[in-house]
Amino acid sequence: MRGAMVLASTAASVAVSLAVSLPLHAQLGTFNPRPGAQGTFAITHGRVVTAAGPDIPNGTVIISAGKITAVGATVAVPAGAQVIDATGLVVYPGMIDGGTTLGLNEIPQGANATVDVNETGSFNPNVQAFYGINPHSAHVGVTRVVGITTVVSRPTGGILSGQAALINLAGDTPPQMAINPKLALVIELPRSGFGGRGFAAFLAQQQGGSTADANRTRQRQVDSLKQMLHDAEAYGKALDAYGKDKTLPRPAHDVVLAALLPALRGEMPVMFPADAASDIRAAVAFAEEVHVKPIIVGGRDAVAVAPYLKQHNVPVLVTSVLDLPAREDDPYDQNYSIPAKLSQAGVKFAISAGENSADSRNLPYVAGMAAAYGLSKDEALRAVTLYPAQLFGVADKLGSIEVGKMANIVVTTGDLLEAKTDTKYLFIDGRPIPLSTKHTELNAMFEKRP
Amino acid sequence: MKRLLLAAVALSAATLGAQQAPRAAAGRATAAATLIKNATVLTVTKGRLENTDVLLQNGKIAQIGKNLAAPAGAQVIDATGKFLMPGIIDPHSHSMSDAINEGSLSVTSMVRITDVLNPTAISIYRELAGGVTTVNILHGSANTIGGQNATVKLKYGRPVAEMMFPGAPPGIKFALGENVTQKNRATVAIPGQPAPARRYPTSRMGQEEVLRDAFTRARDYKAGWDDYKAKVAKGEKGLVAPRRDLELEPLVEVLEGKRLVHAHSYRSDEMLMLLNLAKEFGFTVKTLQHGLDGYKIASEIAQAGTGLSSFADDWSYKIEAYDAIPYNVAILMRHGVVATINSDSDERARRLNIDAAKLIRYGGLTEDEALKTITYNGALQLGVQDKVGSIEVGKDADVVIWSGDPLSVYSSAETTFIDGDIFFDKKKDLEKRQAMAKERADLEQAERPVRATRTQIPNEDDR
Repeated sequence: MRGAMVLASTAASVAVSLAVSLPLHAQLGTFNPRPGAQGTFAITHGRVVTAAGPDIPNGTVIISAGKITAVGATVAVPAGAQVIDATGLVVYPGMIDGGTTLGLNEIPQGANATVDVNETGSFNPNVQAFYGINPHSAHVGVTRVVGITTVVSRPTGGILSGQAALINLAGDTPPQMAINPKLALVIELPRSGFGGRGFAAFLAQQQGGSTADANRTRQRQVDSLKQMLHDAEAYGKALDAYGKDKTLPRPAHDVVLAALLPALRGEMPVMFPADAASDIRAAVAFAEEVHVKPIIVGGRDAVAVAPYLKQHNVPVLVTSVLDLPAREDDPYDQNYSIPAKLSQAGVKFAISAGENSADSRNLPYVAGMAAAYGLSKDEALRAVTLYPAQLFGVADKLGSIEVGKMANIVVTTGDLLEAKTDTKYLFIDGRPIPLSTKHTELNAMFEKRP
Repeated sequence: MKRLLLAAVALSAATLGAQQAPRAAAGRATAAATLIKNATVLTVTKGRLENTDVLLQNGKIAQIGKNLAAPAGAQVIDATGKFLMPGIIDPHSHSMSDAINEGSLSVTSMVRITDVLNPTAISIYRELAGGVTTVNILHGSANTIGGQNATVKLKYGRPVAEMMFPGAPPGIKFALGENVTQKNRATVAIPGQPAPARRYPTSRMGQEEVLRDAFTRARDYKAGWDDYKAKVAKGEKGLVAPRRDLELEPLVEVLEGKRLVHAHSYRSDEMLMLLNLAKEFGFTVKTLQHGLDGYKIASEIAQAGTGLSSFADDWSYKIEAYDAIPYNVAILMRHGVVATINSDSDERARRLNIDAAKLIRYGGLTEDEALKTITYNGALQLGVQDKVGSIEVGKDADVVIWSGDPLSVYSSAETTFIDGDIFFDKKKDLEKRQAMAKERADLEQAERPVRATRTQIPNEDDR
């Protein structure tokens, strides 16, 4: 029985590679074997969970040139398509984790040189996660074989942390991985905390300062941020004016201010990490004041301010489902039930496994835990597929099995969110992905060692 | 202890949050006996029994069968559609501990976790709500030879003395690798704090030497006592007993096989070093803790008769965890090693059932094998297999009713029994929430005028 299961999963990856004539070298030695070529594929006779509409009990999905070209119960298989018989299997859209540091954060302790999650200095809007992502990180393969095809990888730290990238977990180079290298801006507003006096207070205290000193420090940081955003706005206006009238003086190029323009023009959402209720409110108020489109990331206390979030139409990327409740007298399931309560309150949300990229592969079980504590199973699935796509404004391309969307598809032995479910086939950008990883290779190397 | 730094943060957080913990469902027995009717019973050692009744009486599992009659006065729980499994055993916990590491020396066999247990820690209640009933509370991993462990039943609300697992063999924590050599520690002083001191050993070479030195001393110490006892037995008079040594006493117990060694270790070479050294000194290491590279030397571990307690899939958080694979436990089990999943975390301890289910995906374990890694095998590793770890007549009534299959992410623990008493009841917990919310609101209301006064005196409390 146990042998059979291992064999089955090995057989599945071999089956894909044979069916689609993968280059053999992709199977050997590399931790993240290279995807196969795009082509025309027909996944037939599977239960298709589209995440957009009702499930199709016995459906077919056609993939062609990277896109989903047909979905349904009575879809004809195009001539020449490579057929994958998914009888007894389930076909899902690839999952999306909107809150990772994947590719930036290999070994956080003791191997500092493998960590590229943050930059020196507080104001780095022009710093892009895209340029730090290591396509050959072992985390890439390990995460995708669970069915997580796409992630947002974001910088952390400072105040203007930089820009997050939307990447597929396949490709030899960052450009091959990137769906949108400049997806969102990350602003970590100086937080309250340590008794409402702010983290700055803590630092000030360490250096012998008072609460008043700390509050001033915090206010100075916020003021500096606002000043920079105002400068960027002015810079944008000057650029626009120059664009219309070349007799005006051309504004000197400023890469820092230029990086802020898409967010200020509403073309790029801003991720605001915030957990405490006061910090969430502060982030929303700040976003409205400077006219940017906020996504709250973290959301530990989001339930407490749910009506406020709904009223202001601000979504939450919940990363705190598995965190311990913040207060001793909080109900034991306080955090497990955050997604269910946001759903009930009508707040837009998605679920993320958070910043620790070695743990990103546990995304489905984080959603599963939310479902064990009140969220419907359908909502839990959408919280890691369609909803993150909607939050980041990419639902036209990703997040469900619908015609025209990118063919990011996972075929499993059962419920996608169950820990015991195994992956049988995986497609990213319409390319078949071999299912071997650093972990399967070490397993193969040692499981039979006498 | 996996992450020393996190432990320090957790400790300071614990100090900050000195609020009274809720006791929603703790308490003494509600009935002399409890009959759980019509459950799917996961016995772990004897398979799955459908539509089966289990009678808990006098703290023990009294009967298992169909259509059992309820004794007079017994409470009856209809568990139709629900699952009953043994309480989860977490072989590596730091729950309830007000201190983790006595890290000033590299041999601290004289210190005891039992002395620093907090029976009101909220982590206990949260773990009960995840179906956990027994935990092995270990010293941290700062030292080659750490302190003495405590095997505890999570009887929330009871005094520590009632929580100690009766008859559990004593144990001790050893540690190898990065946490001991302290290579990950700051080497530059943080402002306002003393400069970090370097402590021997700072290499894996030194660790072996520390162990060899300690057990050489322990062996001599034991010889002195053995000699003294032999002379006393022969009736010699006027003898002076050797001076007691609290550091070496526990190590003598290790040499005599009376104290179980739980050794934090990551790399296969350091594990093998310890197994060989133990063999040389004539004792068996009971478990390798974490043992993330154990799969590389599965045969050697099996041959040593040593168990291993691992994470299901945690990896890549430090160098020595970079080759960790989620197939570890499955490979070890197939080589005959008694292997378990542990939490090493108050957070992760709440969802060990899901961690166990991962082994079905990654290692192809059967459901019973997966369940064993969080129940029966843990009992074996702690030497309490005759009392807990499976649902069998005569064993302690440490059982948990789950809403569905505990290996499903969609299931949650509903009622947790220890020695037949209920220590977590989801329904009662939900019922009490309103009352607790009101109590909190009332307290905040009463506090409000005081706070208002305080804000008029700016910044005085903060210097």
